[in-house]
Amino acid sequence: MAAPLGTGALTEDTGQEKQDTQKEKTVPPERAEEAKLKAKYPNLGQKPGGSDFLRKRLQKGQKYFDSGDYNMAKAKVKNKQLPSAGPDKNLVTGDHIPTPQDLPQRKSSLVTSKLAG
Amino acid sequence: FSGAGGGNDIQWCFSQVKGAVDDDVAEADIISTVEFNHSGELLATGDKGGRVVIFQQEQENKTQSHSRGEYNVYSTFQSHEPEFDYLKSLEIEEKINKIRWLPQKNAAQFLLSTNDKTIKLWKISERDKRPEGYNLKEEDGRYRDPTTVTTLRVPVFRPMDLMVEASPRRIFANAHTYHINSISINSDYETYLSADDLRINLWHLEITDRSFNIVDIKPANMEELTEVITAAEFHPNSCSTFVYSSSKGTIRLCDMRASALCDRHSKLFEEPEDPSNRSFFSEIISSISDVKFSHSGRYMMTRDYLSVKIWDLNMENRPVETYQVHEYLRSKLCSLYENDCIFDKFECCWNGLDRQVEFFSVLHGSIVMTGSYNNFFRMFDRNSKRDVTLEASRENNKPRTVLKPRKVCASGKRKKDEISVDSLDFNKKILHTAWHPKENIIAVATTNNLYIFQDKMN
Repeated sequence: MAAPLGTGALTEDTGQEKQDTQKEKTVPPERAEEAKLKAKYPNLGQKPGGSDFLRKRLQKGQKYFDSGDYNMAKAKVKNKQLPSAGPDKNLVTGDHIPTPQDLPQRKSSLVTSKLAG
Repeated sequence: FSGAGGGNDIQWCFSQVKGAVDDDVAEADIISTVEFNHSGELLATGDKGGRVVIFQQEQENKTQSHSRGEYNVYSTFQSHEPEFDYLKSLEIEEKINKIRWLPQKNAAQFLLSTNDKTIKLWKISERDKRPEGYNLKEEDGRYRDPTTVTTLRVPVFRPMDLMVEASPRRIFANAHTYHINSISINSDYETYLSADDLRINLWHLEITDRSFNIVDIKPANMEELTEVITAAEFHPNSCSTFVYSSSKGTIRLCDMRASALCDRHSKLFEEPEDPSNRSFFSEIISSISDVKFSHSGRYMMTRDYLSVKIWDLNMENRPVETYQVHEYLRSKLCSLYENDCIFDKFECCWNGLDRQVEFFSVLHGSIVMTGSYNNFFRMFDRNSKRDVTLEASRENNKPRTVLKPRKVCASGKRKKDEISVDSLDFNKKILHTAWHPKENIIAVATTNNLYIFQDKMN
């Protein structure tokens, strides 16, 4: 869902905005925003605070790598390219196997905080 | 109310800014928590890189009566390191989520700092003397040949340059399956609580191998999960009472005397929702990101995405006051959901006690402060009902120059000094602010800088 923050300015379709100011006279701003969101993502589930969303929040930080799976996949595609990272590195579905490239890189040694400089 | 005149209004001036000037912010430098100690002499910050920096206020200079002491670096140390839990394939961030100071009992200072999984008790002590004149060692530490020792002397302590040392005294680990969001020290000064998304544990400061689970909201079937714990705090005076807030906008008050497991609340604070206003975003923006008791313990303040609410502990069915932080964002919720800003967790704080005018105006509990976007922060005066928006920016760099109030133009024609909602920089968030417990000095953290503002003393 996350779009890059870019310059920080919100992207707004000005045509839509004009329509909305008229709509806002009768429709509360939140509902207008909801309609915008549903127009963009028609498959969005009904309950935003529901269990899928919360469970994803609870799983923050989960990384997967199974060397057995990875080597099996490598053996299967001998002549072709090695399995590569999918768009969502943490998603393990179907044939997508997490690769060593997906794993967290060892963080470089920390220096003193710039607040103390 | 800054600059508006009147006896009760505080005029905020820039005092100091800490941190790098460059725009390219390294992730480790992102400030994640700010906290004054109980006297206000020390100010601690934690960052995403797991480091703690403590600033100390200079003793007031009698000749320089115009400003209160500046804050200078006192100690800095690496509190937490990144870890990897191999059993669960879980990356554990070193980011410091919260710092809480213990009240000072002796010469040393103690604080609790926590990341997602582990809480540590740190001792910060000063050393300004060292023993000199050993018989068997030279001053540089090399051992002397015993046969050359012909006389005996008694080693004496001599002054040395101040050295501040931080050492971890207790490590409270392995008690949280989910991510710790809060720690809170009990008024008994012996125990403290730590809260994660689903559970709250009670610890004794001396005991690290054991903690008691006092709240557990994990459902038997995770498919039934509907809400998580977002913040928790002990009551400032009643050592058996604590509150915790949820992602659904409720606050539960629990009494540990009622039962060992406080799954059943003693009080439930919830504002009834207007069903006609309900939308996809309602629950998300009602999620409480911070809860803070007033010093008296009579009131508590909560922060949700768009507002700050004051609750009277004697009234559960609605807050006694609601302050809109940035209501103009209500018509931008779609974009804020898409860029994840809607999940930003803003904190809030109460003012301290102004020792200058103890019996007038600025008593504790009369002003509340919270952050917003574009490096703006907001203050609400509960007595006068006035509010002000100020900006933490290097452009207002001159000490003793009063900060100019800022104004966001929600719609319509933008006036000269106003900024339109669409020009706000949502990358510049002020999530963490702190108010000195006794003086009108505030610490405001932008992404990677710490600003200190003071009121103009005349």
